[in-house]
Amino acid sequence: MSDFRGSHSRAEISLVVNGEPKKVRAYPMERLLDVLRHQLQFTGAKEGCGEGECGSCAVLMDGALVNSCLVPVLQARGSSIITIEGLATAEALDALQEAFLECGGAQCGICTPGMILASVHLLNRKPDPTIDEIREGLSGNLCRCTGYSQIIEAVAEAARRRSSA
Amino acid sequence: MNSNPIVGNSVPRKEGRDKVTGRSRYVDDMVLPNMLFGATVRSQIPRGRIKKVTFGPGIDWNEFVIVSSKDVPGKNCISLIGDDQPCLADQLVNHPEEPVLLLAHPDRHVLPKAVESVSMEYDALPAIFTIEESERRAQIVWGEDNTFKTYLIEKGELDGVWGQAAYIVEGEYTTGAQEQLYIENNGMIAAFDAAHGITVWGSLQCPYYIHKALMALSNLPAEKVRVVQMETGGAFGGKEEYPSMIAAHAALLAIKSGKPVKIIYDRMEDMAATTKRHPSRTRHRTAVSKEGKILGGEIDFTIDGGAYATLSSVVLSRGAIHAGGPYHWPNVRIRAKAVATNAPPHGAFRGFGAPQSLFAMERHMDRIAQTVGLSPAEIRRRNFLQPGQTTTTEQVVREPINLGKLLDRALEVSDYHAKQQRFANQNHLGSVKKGMGIAAFLHGAGFTGSGERYLSSVVGVEGCADGSVRVLVSSTEFGQGTNTVLSQIAAEALGLPYENVSMAQPDTRQVPNSGPTVASRTVMVVGKLVQSAALGIKQTLISSHLLAETYAADEFRAACQHYVAEHGQFRSWSRYEAPADIFWDDQKYRGEAYAAFAWAVYVAEVAVDLTTYGVSLKDFVALQEVGRVLHPLLARGQIIGGVAQGIGFCLYEKVVWQNGRMQNGQMTNYIMPTSADLPPIRVFFEELGNVYGAYGAKGIGELPMDGPAPAIVNAVEDALGIAFDFVPLLPEDIMDRLASSSPISGVSAGGGDR
Repeated sequence: MSDFRGSHSRAEISLVVNGEPKKVRAYPMERLLDVLRHQLQFTGAKEGCGEGECGSCAVLMDGALVNSCLVPVLQARGSSIITIEGLATAEALDALQEAFLECGGAQCGICTPGMILASVHLLNRKPDPTIDEIREGLSGNLCRCTGYSQIIEAVAEAARRRSSA
Repeated sequence: MNSNPIVGNSVPRKEGRDKVTGRSRYVDDMVLPNMLFGATVRSQIPRGRIKKVTFGPGIDWNEFVIVSSKDVPGKNCISLIGDDQPCLADQLVNHPEEPVLLLAHPDRHVLPKAVESVSMEYDALPAIFTIEESERRAQIVWGEDNTFKTYLIEKGELDGVWGQAAYIVEGEYTTGAQEQLYIENNGMIAAFDAAHGITVWGSLQCPYYIHKALMALSNLPAEKVRVVQMETGGAFGGKEEYPSMIAAHAALLAIKSGKPVKIIYDRMEDMAATTKRHPSRTRHRTAVSKEGKILGGEIDFTIDGGAYATLSSVVLSRGAIHAGGPYHWPNVRIRAKAVATNAPPHGAFRGFGAPQSLFAMERHMDRIAQTVGLSPAEIRRRNFLQPGQTTTTEQVVREPINLGKLLDRALEVSDYHAKQQRFANQNHLGSVKKGMGIAAFLHGAGFTGSGERYLSSVVGVEGCADGSVRVLVSSTEFGQGTNTVLSQIAAEALGLPYENVSMAQPDTRQVPNSGPTVASRTVMVVGKLVQSAALGIKQTLISSHLLAETYAADEFRAACQHYVAEHGQFRSWSRYEAPADIFWDDQKYRGEAYAAFAWAVYVAEVAVDLTTYGVSLKDFVALQEVGRVLHPLLARGQIIGGVAQGIGFCLYEKVVWQNGRMQNGQMTNYIMPTSADLPPIRVFFEELGNVYGAYGAKGIGELPMDGPAPAIVNAVEDALGIAFDFVPLLPEDIMDRLASSSPISGVSAGGGDR
């Protein structure tokens, strides 16, 4: 992690996180990941590699799946961000969260937030994906524990439940 | 009483809800007031003396807390088995990335530049980087002869067998280093004050290893050192010993600054500086009868331990004991050796030596099969251990295991014979060659030999004031399911719903030492202690006349509340006692090496594309006997995850070394399998039941790491007719061999007609 401040000064940046408007003061090149974690306390986004390879920092930005370690916060100005904390309501888990729990999709849990958000993104585009489409759709998110099978089963199960709901 | 058994059911993962909602707290999610951030200045050369340290210009060094070896209050070492590894190098460095100085600052973003601005001048010393260089002893870099440890396992009379042999089969097999690559990097926070001593919170497997290391480092008594495990994002052995180093560093900075200090490694530092799987070399020389029976053999197993002893002696021991595989050796001599090089110390990684020596054994079985003219399945069948026979350490197989039956079943579910025949017939067509490969193996659960007796683990179960039950262990959860399965065992023992049992956070101030969370021992060994401690709670309530012999959950709750109200804290303890009939001779390395073995036969189906030279897996069958499966979903998850790591070990994960330093310490250039790379991994359990472990369970975690590499390389040989005796096996290796061997048409008949 290099010093991103250079000669810049902090700017006020507005964005919406999990439906709530937020204002932060941050350096333009500060990573969205750090702003979410350190300023806004959304610690569900995790740093695994710091170079956009593992997907554990993935969030949804205006509906697109992004690695928040690669997004300068200035680029997120005015956008709507969804983190793992924004999926469940007070009463109920999201169908994908339920399915991850039931199918064994979370082991150590560190890739889980990014993996679930990648799954949300996949099902938004393809509500009824084939197994190969799930494998492809999650291939930007690394998991070292599960060998992916139970994650893939969870996504297929959530898709089934969503389509029958 | 609960009429539905809890054990054997896939109850919800205890901490699962927090994990899927992002509420779980990992160490980097924790912030303390006035906390500083720490960073490590490391050696840039593999071996030499530090002449001079310069703090470069352009940085206000007064803002930094700086710690060197002179700031260590106690012994400057990371106390483990031996005390040879310094916490901070004092003049002499023995590997690249060896910690020399520590820096701390309130702003984490200024640290990388500060670390870069510290320059060191050295008197460089010659260094060595391979097993062969270490054996030649041109440079002595550790002890008197570069040797950390040797073992000799001897059974029968080997000298007579060579004359009786119809075939003598030789082979040499090597395996590379492998990074554990947990997705959560290593991290620790330490705080210090004179009244309470040191507290560390971190990502770790073994709280009491760190406790021991910090006591030696700080000269503080046990009660002034406290270690707390945070949620841990994967470990796989990689957080067994190195966290003691990071905890020590954070503690030194906290002691000197008087403020809490957080050290979180980034990926490159974690990959370059922390432990990896030991590279290995195994040589086999085997006497075989005309019928394909092993008469005897010599096995030389050597591992590269890196610059300090750390856990190499124990990794070596497990590798040596597993070197003979699941076969009957009437006569055998196993020589095992761990040697020093100037690489960062290699360490614990799932399988712990066994994946290395079993890769060799299972490749060698295919070589024996070819020499004798038998199929890979038949050569194994003729040599499998049978109940009543003894292993290489002369441990009698008491379990009613039938390995031939496991093999039959694995061949059946993988459709092995039909596919192999079809591939043999079709492989001359097109540029994709297919093949089938088998690996049969075993994995011992628990510490080796007298290990469990020395550990003398203790667990507690507490009846709480609200009538619920809490399990007190230092056994940690890092994805495998410790919390869930130990809760199941306690609930089952007490006849209570699973929801009524919780796990105490592993905190050395709260929980007893139930031993390290390693060696596939948690369910089998610690689980059994949890079962007996839970029964102690029940017995106390019954003998106090608060509870009848049979009871409902709410009656238990009321009785427990009553007991605590009357007597205060209500805890039941259970300590490990070695079964009376277990014999182990540490000198001769003979006897009952493990309380139980898990047994397995894996089958890989591969396709090798001769345009790209890539190997892809089309199907993978993992069939095993692990005693009773206590939680089918978690057990299946363990097997699939282990197989995936084994596939990485075999086909993807290559550590590129230069002068003892990892050159590809990033996820962009150290490649692990993605969801698009893996085949369907089909898991089958055969349950024999084992009287020893909790509810008949045996260890499971490490087993699946052992089989994939040899099964896959055996399948590649079946496809191409070319023997590869090393992993990782990358496309460029296949290209090189095909280019240097006969033209492709010459191997197009595949392995089917060999």
